[in-house]
Amino acid sequence: MKYRVQVEVLPRRGILDPQGRAVADALRTLGFADVEEVHLGRHLVVELAAASADAARASVTAMCERLLANPVTEQFVVGAAETA
Amino acid sequence: MKVGIVRFPGSNCDDDAWHAVVDHLGQDAVMLWHKAHDLEGADVIILPGGFSYGDYLRAGAIARFSPIMREVMAHAKRGGIVIGICNGFQIACEAHLLPGALLPNDAGYRSMPVTVRVERTDTPFTSAASAGQLLTMPIAHGEGRFTASADELDRLEGDGQVVFRYVDSTGNPTPASNPNGASRNIAGVCNGGRNVVGLMPHPERAMEPLLGSTDGLVLFESLLATVNA
Repeated sequence: MKYRVQVEVLPRRGILDPQGRAVADALRTLGFADVEEVHLGRHLVVELAAASADAARASVTAMCERLLANPVTEQFVVGAAETA
Repeated sequence: MKVGIVRFPGSNCDDDAWHAVVDHLGQDAVMLWHKAHDLEGADVIILPGGFSYGDYLRAGAIARFSPIMREVMAHAKRGGIVIGICNGFQIACEAHLLPGALLPNDAGYRSMPVTVRVERTDTPFTSAASAGQLLTMPIAHGEGRFTASADELDRLEGDGQVVFRYVDSTGNPTPASNPNGASRNIAGVCNGGRNVVGLMPHPERAMEPLLGSTDGLVLFESLLATVNA
């Protein structure tokens, strides 16, 4: 079975995110005065073959731990596995 | 001494490292392609600066899985000397050869001379320097903000693994002398075995009076002294 799993990788909360801060500053400059914080990360879409949706998510979680996210500085959320 | 310089797609300080080793020290060097499986008998491995794999994903994250890195990690595990400069430092952190991580700078890309203080002389890259010696070398990076958890930072300080610190001209680690927001002004660290050293500044680009500084020389002389000891 082929699955598509979406992954979101963001800087860990509490770690300075200069890109997010620069974007927030730019938004405020544009007049979006209500902006408090912006966090900039990566969105990945992994398509893979797996025996089940659970197996697909487990595999993508292992990928996050080994390569897609840096555990020292980043947190990740693995989304639902949809059939692709 | 024979130095192996790893060339990844996107490395751009590999020739500078060669120049330092071959032309200044008069030693042997060999370029090691990232797909190679053999260190060709090198005593010292240099992971040079650049933008390996275009800094895709995170700086150093992909290079870490290059075939040659398996050999470099085995070399380090045997106690062999590995020096990571700039992108090489990022690769060494991603490969867990060194502690911590290098995050995007707090104020974007910086290309400028910086002053660092030698904190430890008991590493193969600083043995010919004196403790507290100030060195001026260029930096050129966007992701050099050294970070680790507070506990890990305390442990690194306690174990003497902080090798270089950004300082002002009088040797004080001030916020203004910190070019990237690095925790505790840390510019370079070593591993627990002290055989792997990484730093953000470029000693290989500080070998010529014409380029503004020859302060990198003492670090390369340290390698030679260590290998010949």
